[in-house]
Amino acid sequence: MTGFAVAASLLDLVAISLFILGLHFLNSPATARRGNQLAMVGMAIALVVVLVQTGGVAWWAIAIGMVLGALVGIVAAIRVKMTAMPQMVALYNGAGGGAAAMIGVVEYIVFLRSGGAALDPVVSVSLVISMIIGAVSLAGSIIAFLKLQEVMTGRPITYPGQQVVNAVVALGIIALAGWFIYTGGAVPPWGFFLLLAAALALGVMFVLPIGGADMPVVISLLNSFTGLAVAIAGFEIDSVMLIVGGAIVGASGTILTVAMSKAMNRSLTNVLFSAFGSAGGAEPAAASGGPQNVRSVSADDVAVMLAYASKVMFVPGYGMAVAQAQHSVKALADQLEKRGVKVLYAIHPVAGRMPGHMNVLLAEANVPYDELLDLDDANNEFPTTDVALVIGANDVTNPAARNVQSSPIYGMPILDVDKAGNVIVLKRSMRSGFAGIDNPLYEMPNTAMLFGDAKASVDALTAAVKAL
Amino acid sequence: MTDVNHFITLLTILVLAIFVGFEVISKVPTTLHTPLMSATNAIHGIVVAGAIVATVALFSSGSASAGLVIIAVAAVTLGAINVFGGFAVTQRMLQMFKGKGGGK
Repeated sequence: MTGFAVAASLLDLVAISLFILGLHFLNSPATARRGNQLAMVGMAIALVVVLVQTGGVAWWAIAIGMVLGALVGIVAAIRVKMTAMPQMVALYNGAGGGAAAMIGVVEYIVFLRSGGAALDPVVSVSLVISMIIGAVSLAGSIIAFLKLQEVMTGRPITYPGQQVVNAVVALGIIALAGWFIYTGGAVPPWGFFLLLAAALALGVMFVLPIGGADMPVVISLLNSFTGLAVAIAGFEIDSVMLIVGGAIVGASGTILTVAMSKAMNRSLTNVLFSAFGSAGGAEPAAASGGPQNVRSVSADDVAVMLAYASKVMFVPGYGMAVAQAQHSVKALADQLEKRGVKVLYAIHPVAGRMPGHMNVLLAEANVPYDELLDLDDANNEFPTTDVALVIGANDVTNPAARNVQSSPIYGMPILDVDKAGNVIVLKRSMRSGFAGIDNPLYEMPNTAMLFGDAKASVDALTAAVKAL
Repeated sequence: MTDVNHFITLLTILVLAIFVGFEVISKVPTTLHTPLMSATNAIHGIVVAGAIVATVALFSSGSASAGLVIIAVAAVTLGAINVFGGFAVTQRMLQMFKGKGGGK
């Protein structure tokens, strides 16, 4: 090893340590910003090392890519609305997966034109696997983006024989990858590009049947896929930096995926393959004939109830994000706090479209993070809560999950809003939630409905409380 | 042929990194799950380093046709979007998280 190579390796070690320290500091909101900054410094060191190592070869091509990518990435990061964060994260994630796949393409063609007999087995195996996973992640992330952006329907897209088609494509990928590894990369271009196309197709097809409410799981899973692709690409180009960076992300994505599945009491397989909330799911709703005794109230009545309560719990869901009502919610909370009412927020782990979605939206509206309660803490508070105000959340408050064994969501941990003295549900209409399941909460004697757009309703409540 | 020792070393690093990842990440509270995702997202943007290495390999091999250069530049661009966008968006989100009384 030359002195230069030793220095480069040691600097990479510093960068890796900064990544891990940075993630460590993310364990508390108070130190999280410092954590992100440390990780940024680590990344800067790693990039300077690799740029110096190029020795100026291909400098203009690298410069074009870096400047273009930095511009696009930063401008998008500054302009994106907080409510659109899930699809933004999906896109960044797809970009990483795409880069991993393209590295494989470039390495393959360079090998092909070099006229070499066979690749080193470690290189051929890692090249093909990181390319497949990267391509699946790229295509899957784009479909997730299109669903979240509502360019295409958020409902599961299914067709007869879907599982069979997916299985055939997956088997084809395994066969082609086996061929590639067996020949040490000496496959004809059509074989290689057929493999790439099949991996992209699999990415599209595996996200199509997954519905919008299951997106927190999918986004975490795709994040973990890209991490894995990057770690394996590290073997391909012999880079410890890529191996460690990718492995940490793979682990993190896996933890989030498991946490999200658990919060829905469903296995990962069930989330991926059951097309939850598709036409079949509507059956139990039809059988019960829909809600019968629903009580509707006016904003003025609710305002009185809130203003004279001692403790109020806000329960936000995806509806709050859609209506962009987070600032209005904070304004209402301010009015109530001015009157001495204690206001807290109950956040279900899968509320919204990605892990922690509601927390970010409320943080944007300046809600202090210590007022946001997680599932267990919130459920301890509900029995002593006077009013629970459900803002655009549905399935995560459905008591059927606790006591109706035939319900598709039976066993899912929910927010026990029904244990509060009064429950006010802000809802656009009586349409059932994403999963197409009746919510018995709406028929309970202590529940009343305030119909209308979430933002308009919250604004009306704020005005009414102010007028009291 | 493969240097087996070297491969085993890399594999060891991979496995240890996965364990470290699990340990560190499992301590992150649910409140910060979105910034955690975007921060880890940015970290896997290290793939840009791989894209740079592949680009260099392409140019050094002397087989750099226009089409291949475009693919290589696209790989670097995507990796850079991942890194810069990921960190910028994480920083933007974290700046919003405040405790009671506006404390940081």
